[in-house]
Amino acid sequence: MNAIEIHDLSFAYGEIPVLEHVSLAVPEREFLGIVGPNAGGKSTLLKIILGLLSPTLGSVKVLGRSPQKARTRLGYVPQYPAFARDFPVTVEQVVLMGRLGKGLMMGGYSRADRNVAHRVMQETEISNLAQRRIDQLSGGQLQRTLVARALACEPEILILDEPTANIDMRVENELFDLLKLLNERMTILVVSHDIAFISGYVHRVACLNRTLICHRTEDIDGQIIQQLYDNEVRMVAHHHH
Amino acid sequence: MNAILEYGFLQSALLAGLLASIGCGVMGSYVVVKRIGYMAGGISHSVLGGMGAALFFGFAPMKGALLAAICAALLIGWIKLRWRAQEDTLIGAMWAMGMSIGILFIYRTPGYSTDLVSYLFGNILLVSQAQIGEMAALDALIIGMVLAFYRQFLAVSFDEEFARLRGVPVNFFYLLFLCLVALTVVLLVQVVGLVLVIALLTLPAAIAGHYIHTLGRMMIAASVLGMLFTTAGIMLSFWLDLPTGAVIILLAGSGYLFSAMISQWWLQGKAHRSLT
Repeated sequence: MNAIEIHDLSFAYGEIPVLEHVSLAVPEREFLGIVGPNAGGKSTLLKIILGLLSPTLGSVKVLGRSPQKARTRLGYVPQYPAFARDFPVTVEQVVLMGRLGKGLMMGGYSRADRNVAHRVMQETEISNLAQRRIDQLSGGQLQRTLVARALACEPEILILDEPTANIDMRVENELFDLLKLLNERMTILVVSHDIAFISGYVHRVACLNRTLICHRTEDIDGQIIQQLYDNEVRMVAHHHH
Repeated sequence: MNAILEYGFLQSALLAGLLASIGCGVMGSYVVVKRIGYMAGGISHSVLGGMGAALFFGFAPMKGALLAAICAALLIGWIKLRWRAQEDTLIGAMWAMGMSIGILFIYRTPGYSTDLVSYLFGNILLVSQAQIGEMAALDALIIGMVLAFYRQFLAVSFDEEFARLRGVPVNFFYLLFLCLVALTVVLLVQVVGLVLVIALLTLPAAIAGHYIHTLGRMMIAASVLGMLFTTAGIMLSFWLDLPTGAVIILLAGSGYLFSAMISQWWLQGKAHRSLT
């Protein structure tokens, strides 16, 4: 079974088409990069996979079910954190939020929840920051916290939207080394604008600019990159596989 | 101190102030960190509609206030969830319409004028024993709900999108949360009146937020600060023969301004020390 199966998907915001005839099959344990120009539909595609938006046309199956039903089995790291940076909450409390939706509705977190949170904080090397308030974190530390929160969901698929937008090169490398490790036990989708960088890590690159075309990493060269960011991209023949 | 022992109404007033401070600390902290002071303002002003109706039809103003506050909270919540873009305008409209409805009812009720002023600016010295019982019950309800659903409320106020992805019924908790704000508003209307509610709801929590870094502790500190302001305000207004609500708010407001300056200096000092 494929982790994600998208068939002939189209999406429009009002009258503006954002995605057209997108088809994509992501096998389990794949490390897939999604690249493309701004407003090319990357975040929209992720939101559809997460079930936050519904496709205008076409079908999406995540882990063999509808995105809304599969949602709690995914881990998501947003591009722009939707929260205020000065919110009075500690790193540990943020990571624990990944445990919501499991266990009882009422009351506090269970011991098992706390154990998972501690394990993922170790994995992302933020255990020493557990009691720190989030407005005292560097960009890289906040990014790790968000990855830890997503891992605390114990996801089968990890989805990251531009995880390296606000961090420097060295931290970027560290993050992708971690993702490579995590990829041994989960499927990973990562959206990036930096195709050259992610090519060193991902198995396949999906180029998204309203329509989607996949490349194996080894096929990527300067020409493809140029094509992708060129407006004429869809007029140029891609070699499909 | 003799005055407290001597006058029963003063004891009741002080007790009402303490009870109101609990709700105000707990829900005020959420209102401050989630930055929904404007929505809370809309709820509190719409309360006049319910109090006016209660006066006109001859039932207890607190029941009218409760009903109006819950209706306003649900309506404002629904507006927020459904029409995100025009939120400001719609809340502003609700705010003014609630007050207008209240004014119309009060106008049609004989002998309205003293009541109107006490609704708008509070008259804690007239709080009855029964009202104190009701305030305690509201407090218990607020604390019970917040304890039971602390995780969900924290997640929904911190990051709605992520909470939704975790399968938390975000809209339900959002509306429940606004209803609890409505209950708190009703608690506070007894003390400072509906015009001044917003200040008492937000100022103690904002002061606590200058120094405290987790929501739970912020709630406790804000409650304690609220108790200080209401108690000091009641005693001062009694001795100086001034309106209680206004004195409480001026104390809380000055406390906030003072704290804002102190915390700024403190931060600058810390920055200095870290460099030398």
